[in-house]
Amino acid sequence: MSFLVKVTAWFLDPVHWHGGAGVPNRLLEHVLMSGAATLVAALIALPIGVALGHFGRGGNAAINISNVGRAIPSFAVLVLAFEVVGIGAPPAFIALTLLAIPPIVTNSYVGVREVNPDVKDAARGMGMRERKILFAVELPLAVPLIMAGIRTSAVQVVATATLAALVAWGGLGRYIIDGFAQQDYAQMFAGAVLVAALAVVTELALGAVEFMLVPRGLRGSRGTPAGPSQAKAA
Amino acid sequence: MNLFLDASDPWIRVSYLQNHLTDFETDLVEHVELTLIAVLAGLLIALPLGVLIYRRRGLRNPVLGISGVLYSIPSLALFAFLIPYSGLTYLTAEIGLVGYTILILIRNTVVGLEAVPADVRDAARGMGYRPLKQLLWVELPLALPSIFAGVRIATVTTIGLVTVTALIGEGGLGRLILEGLIRDFKTPLVVGTVLSILLAAVADLSLAGVQRLAMPWAR
Repeated sequence: MSFLVKVTAWFLDPVHWHGGAGVPNRLLEHVLMSGAATLVAALIALPIGVALGHFGRGGNAAINISNVGRAIPSFAVLVLAFEVVGIGAPPAFIALTLLAIPPIVTNSYVGVREVNPDVKDAARGMGMRERKILFAVELPLAVPLIMAGIRTSAVQVVATATLAALVAWGGLGRYIIDGFAQQDYAQMFAGAVLVAALAVVTELALGAVEFMLVPRGLRGSRGTPAGPSQAKAA
Repeated sequence: MNLFLDASDPWIRVSYLQNHLTDFETDLVEHVELTLIAVLAGLLIALPLGVLIYRRRGLRNPVLGISGVLYSIPSLALFAFLIPYSGLTYLTAEIGLVGYTILILIRNTVVGLEAVPADVRDAARGMGYRPLKQLLWVELPLALPSIFAGVRIATVTTIGLVTVTALIGEGGLGRLILEGLIRDFKTPLVVGTVLSILLAAVADLSLAGVQRLAMPWAR
C-alpha cells in the first residue's frame, strides 16, 4: 500500500509537471512522435495497399507483409535504426514509421479487395469511370478496414515509442527506463500508468473514429467489438 | 554510446561468433522456453474462458471489448506495473507474456465456436448429443482451425515480445539485442535479431504443418 502512496506522491509533486522532463512535455513528445510516424507510414502504405487491392495484384505480398512484420521484433528494429543513424529522435522516427507500414498495407489491400464485385459492376453499369469507382465506391466501403489498420499501427507505435527512451529519445518511456535504471520504482510505475493510459486512449479514440467513418449503409452489419486479432509488437 | 558511427565495427565480427556459440544456444533455449510456457499456459486458461463466454452470450461483448483494450497496453508498461510486486524474475516475464497470449486465444476460441453452423448443432442435438458431448465432439473440433490460428499468432507475437523481457533480465535472444545496444556493438544485435526472426518463421511453419496433419477436415 505504501508503494501506491509513493506513486501518488510522484504524480502530486509539482516538479514533475514543469519543464522538459515534466509530464506535459513528455506527453507532447510522445504524441507528436507517434502521430508523425503513423501519418508518414499511412502516406506510404495507403497508396500501395489501395493500388494492390484495386488492381487485384500482389495479394500474397500484401498479406504476408504483416505476417513478416509480426515476426520482426520492434525492439530489434529500434536498435538497428540506432546503429545506422545514431541516437535520439531520428532512429525512433525511422523505426516507428517502418513498424507502422505493414498493418496499413494489409488492411487497405483487404478492404479494397473485399468490396463486393456486384457493387463495382453496378457502379460500372451506372457509367462510372475507373477512377470514380475507386474514389466513390471502393474507398468509402474500405474505410472501416483501413481505419482498423491505422488504429493497429498507431497503438503499436505508441507502445514502441516507449522503448525509444533506450536510444536516448524522450517521450513517456523515459520515466519507465530512468525509474528502472535508478531503482526509483515509483517513477517507473507512474510512467507505466501514463504510457498505458495513452495507449488505451489511442485505441479507444481511433476505435470511435473508425465507428464514425463506417458508411451509413454498412452500420449494424458488424457486431464484433475491436479485439486482439492483430499484431502486438512491443 | 557513441554519437558518431563507428566505421570499424562491422555488422558481423566472425571471431565473436566463434567464441559465443554456446551463449547463443543458451539464449535460444531460454527464448523457446519462455515462449512455450506462455503459449501453453495461455491456452490452458483461455480455452475454458472462451467456452464460458460462448455459452453465456451476455459476457461476450464486454469480455472481448475489455480484452481488446488490455491488449493495447504496451509490454514495457505492463512489466513496469509488475516489477514492484514480483521483482525482476522469470515469473514477472511470464505473467506479462501469458496475459497477452490469453487475450489472443480467448478471442479466437470464441470466434471459432461461433462459426459452427447452426445446422450442425441442430443435427448433433437431434442425434441425442448432450451439451458436454456436443461441445467436445462437435463444436470444439470445428472451432479448432480458428483456435489453432490463434496459437500461431500468439506464438509469433510472444517470440517478438520476449525480446523486450531482456530489459527485466529474462530475455532469451533479446539479451543479445540489448548487449548490442549497450556496447554499441553490431554483431550480437544482428545475431539476436536474425535468430529471433528465424525462430518465429520456423515456429509458424511447423505449427502450420501440424495443423495440416492434425486437422484434415480443415484443409
